Amino acid sequence: MPMPKALVVRTAGTNCEVELLRAFALAGATPELVHVDAVLADPAVLDAADLIALPGGFSYGDDIASGRILAVKLRERVYPRLRAAAERGCPILGVCNGFQVLVQAGLLPGPGAGEAWPEVAPEPTLTLTDNASARFVDDWVGVEAVEGSPCIWTAPLVEMAQQHGADEVLILPVAHGEGRFVAKDQATLAALEADGQVALRSRTDINGSQGAVAGVCDTTGRIFGLMPHPERYLDWNRHPWWTRLPAGVKRGETPGLAMFKAAVEAVADVKA
Amino acid sequence: MPTDAARLRVHRFEVARAPGHADPRADRLLAEARALGYQLDTARSIRIYLIQAPIDKTAAATLGSALLADPVVNAHTQGVEPAQPKAVTVEVHPLPGVMDPTAHSVRDAAAELLSLDRDTIGVSTGWRYDLIGQDAPKAAEIATRLLANPVVNAIHTTPFVPTTLPVGHPAEFRLTHITIRNLDDDALTTLSRDAHLFLSLEEMRTIRDHYQALNREPTDIELETLAQTWSEHCVHKTLKSTIRYRREPGSPGTPIPGLDTPHDSPHTTPRPGHTFHDDGSVTIDSLLKRTVAAATFELIDEGIDWTLSVFKDNAGIIAFDDKTAVCVKVETHNHPSAIEPYGGAATGIGGCIRDIIGTGLAAKPIASTDVFCVAYPDTKDIPPGCLHPKRILSEVVAGVRDYGNRMGIPTLNGSVSFDNRYIGNPLVYCGCVGVMPIDLIDGDAQHGDLIVALGGRTGRDGIHGATFSSAELTDTHADEFSHAVQIGNAIEEKRVLDAILRARDASNGPLFSAITDCGAGGFSSAVGEMGAAIGADVNLDAAPLKYDGLTYTEIWISEAQERMVLAVAPDRLAELQQICDEEHVELAVLGSFGTPNAELILNYQSNEVGRISMHLLHEGIPQPTRQATWSTWDRLPGDANAAPERAPRASEGTPAHQDTSTPATCPPARAEGSTPNPTRALLTLLAHPNIASKHWIIRQYDHEVQGNTILRPLVGPGRKGPGDAAVIEPVPGTGRGLAIGCGLATAMGDPTTGGDPYLAAIAAIDECVRNLVCVGADPERIAILDNFCWPSCTKPQNLASLVRAAAGCYDGAKAYRTPFVSGKDSLNNQFTIPGQNGKPDTTIEIPPTLLITGIGIVNTLDNCITMDAKRAGNLLVLVGETTATMGGSHYAQLFDLPPAKAQSLTHDMPSFDPTTGAQTARAVAACIAEGLVASAHDCSEGGLAVALAEMLIGSSTNKTTLGAILADHPTTDHPTTDHPATIHPTAWLFAENPGRYVLEVPPAQLEQLRKTLAAHAKDIPVEQLGVLDTSGHLRSKSLGIDTTVADLTTAWRGTLDW
Repeated sequence: MPMPKALVVRTAGTNCEVELLRAFALAGATPELVHVDAVLADPAVLDAADLIALPGGFSYGDDIASGRILAVKLRERVYPRLRAAAERGCPILGVCNGFQVLVQAGLLPGPGAGEAWPEVAPEPTLTLTDNASARFVDDWVGVEAVEGSPCIWTAPLVEMAQQHGADEVLILPVAHGEGRFVAKDQATLAALEADGQVALRSRTDINGSQGAVAGVCDTTGRIFGLMPHPERYLDWNRHPWWTRLPAGVKRGETPGLAMFKAAVEAVADVKA
Repeated sequence: MPTDAARLRVHRFEVARAPGHADPRADRLLAEARALGYQLDTARSIRIYLIQAPIDKTAAATLGSALLADPVVNAHTQGVEPAQPKAVTVEVHPLPGVMDPTAHSVRDAAAELLSLDRDTIGVSTGWRYDLIGQDAPKAAEIATRLLANPVVNAIHTTPFVPTTLPVGHPAEFRLTHITIRNLDDDALTTLSRDAHLFLSLEEMRTIRDHYQALNREPTDIELETLAQTWSEHCVHKTLKSTIRYRREPGSPGTPIPGLDTPHDSPHTTPRPGHTFHDDGSVTIDSLLKRTVAAATFELIDEGIDWTLSVFKDNAGIIAFDDKTAVCVKVETHNHPSAIEPYGGAATGIGGCIRDIIGTGLAAKPIASTDVFCVAYPDTKDIPPGCLHPKRILSEVVAGVRDYGNRMGIPTLNGSVSFDNRYIGNPLVYCGCVGVMPIDLIDGDAQHGDLIVALGGRTGRDGIHGATFSSAELTDTHADEFSHAVQIGNAIEEKRVLDAILRARDASNGPLFSAITDCGAGGFSSAVGEMGAAIGADVNLDAAPLKYDGLTYTEIWISEAQERMVLAVAPDRLAELQQICDEEHVELAVLGSFGTPNAELILNYQSNEVGRISMHLLHEGIPQPTRQATWSTWDRLPGDANAAPERAPRASEGTPAHQDTSTPATCPPARAEGSTPNPTRALLTLLAHPNIASKHWIIRQYDHEVQGNTILRPLVGPGRKGPGDAAVIEPVPGTGRGLAIGCGLATAMGDPTTGGDPYLAAIAAIDECVRNLVCVGADPERIAILDNFCWPSCTKPQNLASLVRAAAGCYDGAKAYRTPFVSGKDSLNNQFTIPGQNGKPDTTIEIPPTLLITGIGIVNTLDNCITMDAKRAGNLLVLVGETTATMGGSHYAQLFDLPPAKAQSLTHDMPSFDPTTGAQTARAVAACIAEGLVASAHDCSEGGLAVALAEMLIGSSTNKTTLGAILADHPTTDHPTTDHPATIHPTAWLFAENPGRYVLEVPPAQLEQLRKTLAAHAKDIPVEQLGVLDTSGHLRSKSLGIDTTVADLTTAWRGTLDW
């Protein structure tokens, strides 16, 4: 079986693509980096991808608002192809700036369970806006992978949470100025919660997000956006206090790598 | 902007928070305004976009809803939404010509969304604030103090609705000659000052004589080129000059062998290039070459083979492993940051990043550093022409944050020092580390190569940056030099970086044969340096301009940001053009390298406007002998703006040394005759801004981007312990690391309090090495950089202090075997306040400030350790000598020394032998490599007590914390030194001797630790301090310490928790 192909879409100001490529490679995929202009010029490249990912960074400087300009390009120019990818079950990941793009491009939260994707990009119902502190924040936060969520990316974290020392290792790095999750209204948030679409929560409040939401998936669990950066946590020595972690806790994959492996395996299962 | 757009209407869009949604930007303004004493009831922030474009109503509505506003949280209007009753409106907009990155992005995005030609669109952005609770004049005052800088912003008190956006007008070409051949000395001096050339009389004479010989007058562009190239900033003429140095009796510091005393003793070897005279003075034929550089070249001769490029490129380069090299550079951007701190700091880091990109055949930046020196943040008395230090610090942090984070480079190491002599002249050091293939470390422009400019367009921004940075600041500089201010656009630089790395890694080899950045002096310096050996022929009209109206000279010397210059063989240009097109990077061919007589030939609109021999440019600068006299120093008068020993009062009326459980805000005023108990002293020291936690700054920087950070600035399970140095894995998966640290010992070099820059230089190198060793770096693989920030060295006293610091650099680097690989100096750091009512001017000189930055190889990342205390039952051990000398300590700055009785306790500076320090570093590193050490921390600002407190703070989380009991009477196995049983407890706890480490050691490893230490450093004192426990208290009966780690944490984190 050929290795799944992970397409990483970058643009001016993207700055987490190298570690994201490494994450997919370590997880068993063949990563490919492409500039968004090449995607807009030839949207068929999206059809050939087994996974699609939008990395973190400051696309177009995050001028106007984080992810805005890249999101407008995607929704205006290639929404049909992205919809097609979603319809065929291609996992789509947005990390940090990529998450900000996915919600504004109409790919998250996606249609309700069993409903079809709309013909044209829907108006955003979620956003990630400036932190309550009005300031960029870099830190590691404890995360909770929500049990019962269909999210294929966070599934391994749910399992890890049962294990010894999980509190110490179920943490992820965050680095953003605009990560405060806001839903259009209470009903929107309630629906997300009910469907298990809130896949990841912060255990401490770092940006003032509603419901401490840190990551959201569509109802299939394959499209996932999150503010934390799992691609920065592929090795145990990236853990912020790894020098004092007991050896027993540092066994196996890091939570960050486990998330990528789970998604790549989900694709490989389909392909096999 | 094109003339078409000028006739079009300006559409004003307002984007605000929809009702019911939070407005964090306004909330922050409210908090900051209230902190300044303004009673504000509410504030609302509104983003303004002014868009001039050929669009109808429908298209305008599309822009608003699809591009500018967020449907979830925003409400947007076209035009002006009326303010609420009682609200006053104040708006902040960039002045014409000031870089507005968002405007660029909006223009591109609008063009794409509406299928318009981008050249038909003009955009400007601003902010509107509606404030309730203050009248209009007060609102404008708030804007001036918190939101706008008149150097780059306009403040409007009514909504700004221009009918058209400003455009430049074409400049009429007029070749200008400057009359110089018949000028006398007075006239030459006047010309140098009035034309902002900042050249010395000697240099002006040389230029005059040169043009007399040529039998013509220079053109303006020739004179400017000489001024830029010969500026202190570019050529470092003071550090390269011949200096005659002498020491007067009674001056501070102990005599330096080979400098203050001849090398007639068998124990001292002659210093290279130092010639003694009968009167006891000594001539040094080139200061930098004979000290900093000499140490490196001697170390290379002695066998250090891992330095690859030193002192010649934009950055120093060392080998990382067989395949990879790392390079490092640290720059200062002091004067621009004094006037416009946000832009100054942002372009400071942006420029240093470009230095790394422009090293060899391009390196990839992988880490940044920043060190700031500012006045105390609660200073009340601000001289005219200065910004408040709290604002300066907030904005330089924001500048580094916004530029570094956008570039995707982790900012990993730094520090902040406070002293009120930085009030008018803050220091902003920006460093950057890069990684590159080891076979791409050299590049030279070849005959026939094209001169290719990449990146940002050229504008009037930053004209005269090189000469301005070499001049002294006065209160009129903000007006006179506002055009020297630069605002950065990080995304432009990121695109340039992406394009250059692709061009470097092209499958058939790099597409360019040399590369450098456009920094100080702009094209004049970049092209001048690259073509130094072979000449260059330049067409200035080929440079893409931001707007019309620049003269040929302005194009040549503009310091507009985000530009690189490459030498490209003609047959590689198409490939490079292709990459640049794909990355949206503008490329312009400005001419070619190589002229028959190695001249610099400048053309504009088919006219030759300048022709200078490269020899005159690069070798012609006269080198007079400069006088340096090390003499007695007046203690500075005891006013808050001058004396470091008298730090300003934090809050009026707060007694400084009250014994309550809450420490006074810092820095407390000195109160004569008061000596706190040790617990109180420790809490007060922890709250001193120099020592207090810098998490407020650190947490705003991305330390994780690129995914290769191994040790961060804040460590431990609570992520709050102050790590000694950062560690990254430059090539992921190799298990080999690079540690990045720094050292600064300004107080020990402050001659106004008895300090000696020679000692400070050695102490700074020592601190840098200790910081690196404490995380696991190999002391045999540490490269360092010097950054001198000095007051005016035309004053013999200051030049003498520079000579002593340079001697310390030489002795320190030789002893530690740490070669200097690069460096930079900034030698006019002082601020002059004109005297009022006939009184003389007052000049505030900064204390001589030498930053040492170091990078060290970590052979295996598994050996990394951190400073947070690890486990109850482990022992705490102090390695290194403590003496009863309180000079240079924070304790002595804040408090009176307690009565000494039998034990001596002095204000003297500690003496320190770098040879011992180097042995200690190797001894400690060996213990760490053997796995004997659970945590290590350097003992520096605040002394031993602060180091211990920091280790405990680092161990703590919200749930748990370690504690420690210090031995009642620490014992010593070292009979030759003052041991703690007899040393005064105040010195034991708070003296700041260099060369000391606190180690945490499992009891079972103590014996082996002592053995390993002794094997490397026989006579080093090793003191067992106490034992870690789970109490959450730091206690010692005999030393008088009893406090909780929670209180220590509160004191330490409270001061700069902005």
